[in-house]
Amino acid sequence: MHQPTITQAKHQLLEKKYSAVELLDAVYKRIDAVDNQVQAYVHLTRDIARQQAEAADKKLAAGEDAPLLGIPIALKDLICMKDTRTTCASRILENFVSPYDATVVQRLKAAGAVLIGKTNMDEFAMGSSNENSYFKATKNPWDLNRVPGGSSGGSGAAVAANECMGALGSDTGGSIRQPAAFCGITGLKPTYGRVSRFGLVAFASSFDQIGPMTKTAEDAAVLMNVIGGHDPMDSTSANVPLPDFTATLSNDVKGLKIGIPKEYFKKGLDANVEKAVQEGIKTLESMGMQAIEVSLPHTEYAVATYYILACAEASANLSRYDGVKYGYRSEHADNLMDMYTNTREEGFGEEVKRRILLGTFVLSSGYYDAYYLKGQKARTLIKQDFEEAYKKCDVMVSPIAPVPAFKLGEKLDDPLQMYLSDIFTISANLAGIPAMSIPCGLSQENLPIGLQLMGNYFDEATLLNVAHQYQQTTEHHLQHPAL
Amino acid sequence: MSSDSFDIEKIALLARLKLTEEEQLRLGRQFEGILQHIDQLNQLDTENVEPTSHVLPLQNVFREDEVKTLFEDGKYLSLAPRQDKDHYEVPQII
Repeated sequence: MHQPTITQAKHQLLEKKYSAVELLDAVYKRIDAVDNQVQAYVHLTRDIARQQAEAADKKLAAGEDAPLLGIPIALKDLICMKDTRTTCASRILENFVSPYDATVVQRLKAAGAVLIGKTNMDEFAMGSSNENSYFKATKNPWDLNRVPGGSSGGSGAAVAANECMGALGSDTGGSIRQPAAFCGITGLKPTYGRVSRFGLVAFASSFDQIGPMTKTAEDAAVLMNVIGGHDPMDSTSANVPLPDFTATLSNDVKGLKIGIPKEYFKKGLDANVEKAVQEGIKTLESMGMQAIEVSLPHTEYAVATYYILACAEASANLSRYDGVKYGYRSEHADNLMDMYTNTREEGFGEEVKRRILLGTFVLSSGYYDAYYLKGQKARTLIKQDFEEAYKKCDVMVSPIAPVPAFKLGEKLDDPLQMYLSDIFTISANLAGIPAMSIPCGLSQENLPIGLQLMGNYFDEATLLNVAHQYQQTTEHHLQHPAL
Repeated sequence: MSSDSFDIEKIALLARLKLTEEEQLRLGRQFEGILQHIDQLNQLDTENVEPTSHVLPLQNVFREDEVKTLFEDGKYLSLAPRQDKDHYEVPQII
């Protein structure tokens, strides 16, 4: 690593090895050098970041401290930051300026973070490759001909290319974990309700969660301490105590039971991925954990269930983009109906339209019971699978994606194939459990492979503990692209 | 359930989307494949299964009905593509 982790930079700032402004300048210098190739950022917030870094230096000089004082952090561009643009990588929000801070942004600011810019994504977080951005396709820093994953691909690429010290992403069906795996970094999707969604532009409200994307599990724990916890502004945020996730990182993992869901190791898994994940499991066993086989029998129904429910929620959430209150409005309309339809036709990209149409269909009169209600019942069965499995184990281990990062354009013409590539990540969102991705090796083509750790409800602490101990034992997370 | 029932023109109107003919054809073909995949849920016996709309056991979440100021005066209205003083402007309705 040619730039420090968050934890290392914190120490070095306190030791006055460099100032927050110098650290910020170094990060922007790196962005200026490589982002014309990687294209991780939609826009930078240089002036705001400069002010925050100067304020951090004043506090450091006064001997004050805060969890992220002076640390440069990037935000996926669907998280609102006051007086800056939040585009969701969509034409319809291209010029939308947030009138308020998301709760996570308020918390980052209060913790002293320096917010350097907004990262690219699939439009409205719908996609697995970042190719659905209205603005540009972010490239994978490991191979610029490949995708960084999605939808938080800009955040994943920015962390991997050292264009920030850590980033926030959001995960509705794997959108933190899959780009983390493709980019060789650490990513955590918290339990549904653990992190406030206030100020997160909604895609599918019963699935969406904000989470950290970092170089190490230790850094993810630092960010979780800042962004987690109940928020009265989000009535679905859980009113449960927030532990200090850094306090348990060094706990002994001996004797923990790891469940291996047999349905996640069927045919279709790339040989490189299978080998790296199996070696990951062996490493966990060598650390004193006990592997047992478990079953999640409804896994094969997860993709179908997810696309019914997430698209239904999306079709309702995205009905607010009508050209009236904010965002883009078509100039080509003489009456109200044409204004609505032309605005949405011109403002949304094809994947967003596809999902709005599918969601509208499954909620429409005559099809609601057959699709939407059926999907909700299937969701119950999938959730029960996890509840049963966690009676036998503490964490579950699986691949994140069936293959490493694929080539740009490779799956663009076949939406169903793109959807099916989310098979291993989607169930955690359907059940609401926390799950994370950590690097577990490189393929023969020198592409990162991610190991998925799935935890029980509100037990991010065990995931972070296991991930941190794994990263103390292995060096996969220290590999970085040549870029 | 049957994927034959997908009337893309009707659904597009419900969704307030105006699709080009070319989009209708392409998306229509894609929906055939997607709905065929979704139809595999028919294999599941869900006769006695309760639906899950939300993963947490949350009931109604109440709070005090207090007025709070989130935005400065006029800031929200100024986000609109067309507005005048204290109202939104839209094309003719009637």
